[in-house]
Amino acid sequence: MERFQVVRSVAVPFPKSNIDTDQILPARFLHLPRDADHGACLFRDLRYRPDGSEIEEFPLNRPVWRTGRIALCGDNFGCGSSRENAVWAMHGHGFRAVIAPSFGDIFAQNGLKNGLLPVRLLAGTVAMMIAQAETDPQGEVTVDLQAQTVTAADGSVHDFEIDPFARRCLLEGIDELAFTLGHDEEIAAFERRFGRENS
Amino acid sequence: MSAATPRTMFDKIWDRHRVLEREDGQTLLYVDCHLLHDGTAPAFEMLKARGVRLRAPERAFATPDHYMPTDTRVAADIPNPALREMVVSLERNAAAEGFTLFGLQDGRQGIVHVVGPEEGLSQPGMIIVCGDSHTSTHGALGALAFGIGMTEVAHVLATQCLWQRKPKTMRITVDGELGAGVTAKDVILHVIATIGTAGATGHVVEYAGSAVRGLTMEGRLTLCNMSIEAGARAGMVAPDETTFAYLAGRPRAPQGAEWDRAVGRWRDLRSDPGARFDAEVAIDAAEVAPTVTWGTSPQEAVPVHGCVPDPATAPGAERRAAMEEMLDYMGLEPGQRIEEIAVDRVFIGSCTNGRIEDLRAAATIARGRRVAAGVTAWVVPGSAPVKRQAEAEGLDRIFREAGFAWREAGCSMCIGTNGEIAAPGERVASTSNRNFRGRQGPGARTHLMSPAMAAAAAVTGRITDVRRLLGKTV
Ligand code: SF4
Repeated sequence: MERFQVVRSVAVPFPKSNIDTDQILPARFLHLPRDADHGACLFRDLRYRPDGSEIEEFPLNRPVWRTGRIALCGDNFGCGSSRENAVWAMHGHGFRAVIAPSFGDIFAQNGLKNGLLPVRLLAGTVAMMIAQAETDPQGEVTVDLQAQTVTAADGSVHDFEIDPFARRCLLEGIDELAFTLGHDEEIAAFERRFGRENS
Repeated sequence: MSAATPRTMFDKIWDRHRVLEREDGQTLLYVDCHLLHDGTAPAFEMLKARGVRLRAPERAFATPDHYMPTDTRVAADIPNPALREMVVSLERNAAAEGFTLFGLQDGRQGIVHVVGPEEGLSQPGMIIVCGDSHTSTHGALGALAFGIGMTEVAHVLATQCLWQRKPKTMRITVDGELGAGVTAKDVILHVIATIGTAGATGHVVEYAGSAVRGLTMEGRLTLCNMSIEAGARAGMVAPDETTFAYLAGRPRAPQGAEWDRAVGRWRDLRSDPGARFDAEVAIDAAEVAPTVTWGTSPQEAVPVHGCVPDPATAPGAERRAAMEEMLDYMGLEPGQRIEEIAVDRVFIGSCTNGRIEDLRAAATIARGRRVAAGVTAWVVPGSAPVKRQAEAEGLDRIFREAGFAWREAGCSMCIGTNGEIAAPGERVASTSNRNFRGRQGPGARTHLMSPAMAAAAAVTGRITDVRRLLGKTV
């Protein structure tokens, strides 16, 4: 996994609540292999018309936001299907952090495992940052994982919480599997005990 | 915690599966049963890339469901090579890694969440995971079952364990009696409409109350299935005589003396009297009507005898805009009567409502009637055994005679990854679980409802209160 430290970029607003993973990555792209260009399929049906032309109003199609690496989202972002491909699409497009008042559980977990940092801030703070992005699309936001802070475009600083282990994995670019494989003996001991209890 | 502290069923299952704790408070849980489907290919790629094998192939069970078209049982018939590869790679991985595959020719194939309970793989007290959010289904048997992402699937394949932070618990109590024509599907749509799609986020839900106890196992599977649509990690129902009667004699259920011991253990699983839940929701069963969604989120559900809501009555500007956008996508007018909405297609199936009882309920409505002119109606059994059972009972004949297409088992139009989708603008009465924009194909309009209601829509050509066709006064 790529290391995550500080991300500074314009922030792309997706203000609606309950944006589900079917919108983030439509199901017809689910068969694409892991190394395919998932970013090209991000928000496909909200971003392009059926004939392939761009829907100008969609935030990702506004020139200033095309290269944004931080997303500002509404409540319950990434609800619905557990497809990790939705995170791959966000990450593939270039996003490294998603700021929202709340997330679909599995989406947030998947994000942490793929270098897409889910940042929970108070609804009022997110709404304020979305308003800032809409009035000043060039305004830059900073997400600092080491310090666990978000600096909004107006310079205000907001702390966020993150699971310390996930934070360490992201900061160091290591994954959980390597860590767990190191606990083979405990798992084996559990298996011996568990087998006895179940018979 | 002292031994006397009353524990929830969730606590009991969690505690028994704890392998170790991490400094940050996460717990490594041991997974009893890992279900796999034909969308799991990337997890195997991840393992291969690291040179890691399966830790416990005897605990992994797979079946192709998402990518297999339901008009054939031959993978070679799948025209799109990328989709064909999803099905074929599952067969290849099963052979290479030695886990059980209920393949296309095997007679046990089906939607993974139908197959698990049907085979007796899903049992009370287990932790069950699958790379699919509707894994919550298996909680109906008194298991802790939840969906995981692809990286987590790889982690479970490699270690048979999963890191989790202990979720909160919520009890949803449905007391009273369900009215005629009201099913588990209506209950769960009503629950989601009541608490919202994020209402149970971060929680494991235990369903309780007399109306839940009174549900068959199949009804409980439907109920738990859609827990994720309320944001919950998992849904569960305490095991009881209904559970044991359902499981007895199933191929993978314990047999003989082992069965008796297992039932003894399972009886102790129910939440202790006085166990505390982090949240409680009470629903009056008598309030639940046959329920239909009108918007593009499962929470946008109303009684079938109601009307499409008017954005003008929305509590705020944001909600109003969201409602307007949904009505625009769905091609509906504010105030329109739900029963006036004409449908183009009907889909009866999915892991929510593709079981034998669902097909029986739909057949009761279809019997002696005809699918309305211009409507395309499909029945897609949830598994090959469901299909055989339905055929043994003559349900397939009832459906065919009424003009429904009778298909092979799979996810089909629930998600359309096998190519079976509705056309842009087409309106579908569907027994599946998600009505998100584009879920059944770009531009497709989905109305979620019960199997009997979907059958009623098929024969009348419009959304119809099934109670009219049952001869009940509405
Ligand atoms: S039937 Fe639908 S919800 Fe169920 S596993 Fe298949 S695609 Fe997922």
